[in-house]
Amino acid sequence: MMLVTMLVMMLVMMIMDDFLIRSALAGIAVALASGPLGAFVVWRRMAYFGGALSHTALLGVALGFLLGVQPGLGVAFVVMAAALMLGWLNGVKGLSLDTLLGIVAHGALAVGLIVTSLLDTVRIDLMGYLFGDILAVGVEEVWWLWGGAGFVLAALIKLWQPLLSLTVHADIASVEGVPVRRVELAFMVLLALVVALAMKVVGIVLVTSMLVIPAAAARSFSKTPEAMAIAAAVIGVCSVGIGLWASYAYDSPAGPSIVAAATLFFALSLLKR
Amino acid sequence: MPPPREHKSEDMLLEAHNVGVSFDGQSILSGANVRVRCGEVVTLIGPNGAGKTSLVRAMLGLIQPSSGTVTRRKGLSIGYMPQRLQIDPALPMTVRRFLQLGTKPGLGKTLKVLKEVGASAIANSPLQSVSGGEMQRVMLARALLREPDLLVLDEPVQGVDITGQAELYRLINSIRKHRNVGVLMVSHDLSVVMAQTDHVVCLNRHVCCAGHPEAVSRHPEFVALFGENVASELAVYAHQHDHQHDLDGHVIDDSSDDARDDACDDACDDDHG
Repeated sequence: MMLVTMLVMMLVMMIMDDFLIRSALAGIAVALASGPLGAFVVWRRMAYFGGALSHTALLGVALGFLLGVQPGLGVAFVVMAAALMLGWLNGVKGLSLDTLLGIVAHGALAVGLIVTSLLDTVRIDLMGYLFGDILAVGVEEVWWLWGGAGFVLAALIKLWQPLLSLTVHADIASVEGVPVRRVELAFMVLLALVVALAMKVVGIVLVTSMLVIPAAAARSFSKTPEAMAIAAAVIGVCSVGIGLWASYAYDSPAGPSIVAAATLFFALSLLKR
Repeated sequence: MPPPREHKSEDMLLEAHNVGVSFDGQSILSGANVRVRCGEVVTLIGPNGAGKTSLVRAMLGLIQPSSGTVTRRKGLSIGYMPQRLQIDPALPMTVRRFLQLGTKPGLGKTLKVLKEVGASAIANSPLQSVSGGEMQRVMLARALLREPDLLVLDEPVQGVDITGQAELYRLINSIRKHRNVGVLMVSHDLSVVMAQTDHVVCLNRHVCCAGHPEAVSRHPEFVALFGENVASELAVYAHQHDHQHDLDGHVIDDSSDDARDDACDDACDDDHG
């Protein structure tokens, strides 16, 4: 028994040793989580919200280095803080959410770039964070991505029914006893986590695409919300496969290739309408 | 938000006591008193911006009143039908699925309630494809699936054509009788409503007057608000014959009389004696 386990572990290690396999595993993890969550982003019309959150991620990276913690942790923390702040600012009257998103996104991006440039002691691969660096993903990071994606999916399944109910109509859900505030908050946290995960694959600039495009492409094939969430995950995984293949075969940048593949799926889905 | 107070009396379903609502320090509504008892239809009328919806939302616990208290009977089940339901076209959802979102009724019960509201034909239609009148029926069905003691209807015939409006009111009335539920309703449609209402509360940022429809329709403040023509038409409509008594000559339904508002203007108090 021990021997079998060890053999399997060795096999896993050998496979993970191949950078392309690691990249694929990382991309699949992200696609599995971002697809279903992205469906909610689409239904709740939060594409720009996701975009704004992802722009704050660079600040998280910089703070992570500054404080000597994992950049991923820094990102998750900063993005969550930004999500909560946006929720609070949205209650302040006078400016539309649209404007607030523009302010928070670009304000945070600017500060992030400044802090990054001030970090003399470490060299941050800025391009890697902005446009993704999936091909350089390490074994440990793959574990983290799968752990994170697993957590997001498990939480989303648990939240599914109330979240769907309040997405359709928040007031009816509230009268029917759904704790609207708490469920929305939990959704924000999951969104922040997915931004932190997806950043590794497609980079800060393209994070929203992993949320929105597979879900949008899944729409025309789906008759129920659940089907759309699953289809979004499948399309995301296929996009990762095609993107990585294109990157390998034609030496195109991996992150953008994945996003381009997803966009192609969306274009094809239009034919079905 | 603190939980709503609970009423001890079995008969009283929901009561707003001296409720005021303000946004950004601007008072929308002040000193409103409304009570809904078992099997009673209470209608809130008033011009746009009178605070009707705000009062309803405060009574439902959707917003926190800035003053006053809302009391509900212990274990009260409320079926709420909002003004409108707008869901993103990207969310694939049939009418049937929408009905099963809140409670989890079996298919048999769902179809039975759909039949009760006369919308069996659209059970499997996408929610986005149903007409205005059908949507109101669907929302009514969702409210009924909760086996409510109280139906709260915010402009239930909005976006419905004239014949559809009359049908919808007939339906609401028959449901009320059949299920013996209390109804709290917001309405613009004075004529139809008046005939089917036990107690009318006329709002214009405060309670102008309240009482039996006939009494209210002759109240000076009501006449000032809606005009002489409307008022006289209503008086006729409510009773189907020309009435000889004036306001003092009194209200037939005594249950509505003691539910009359304490916050009524002096004039109102005088009128009711």
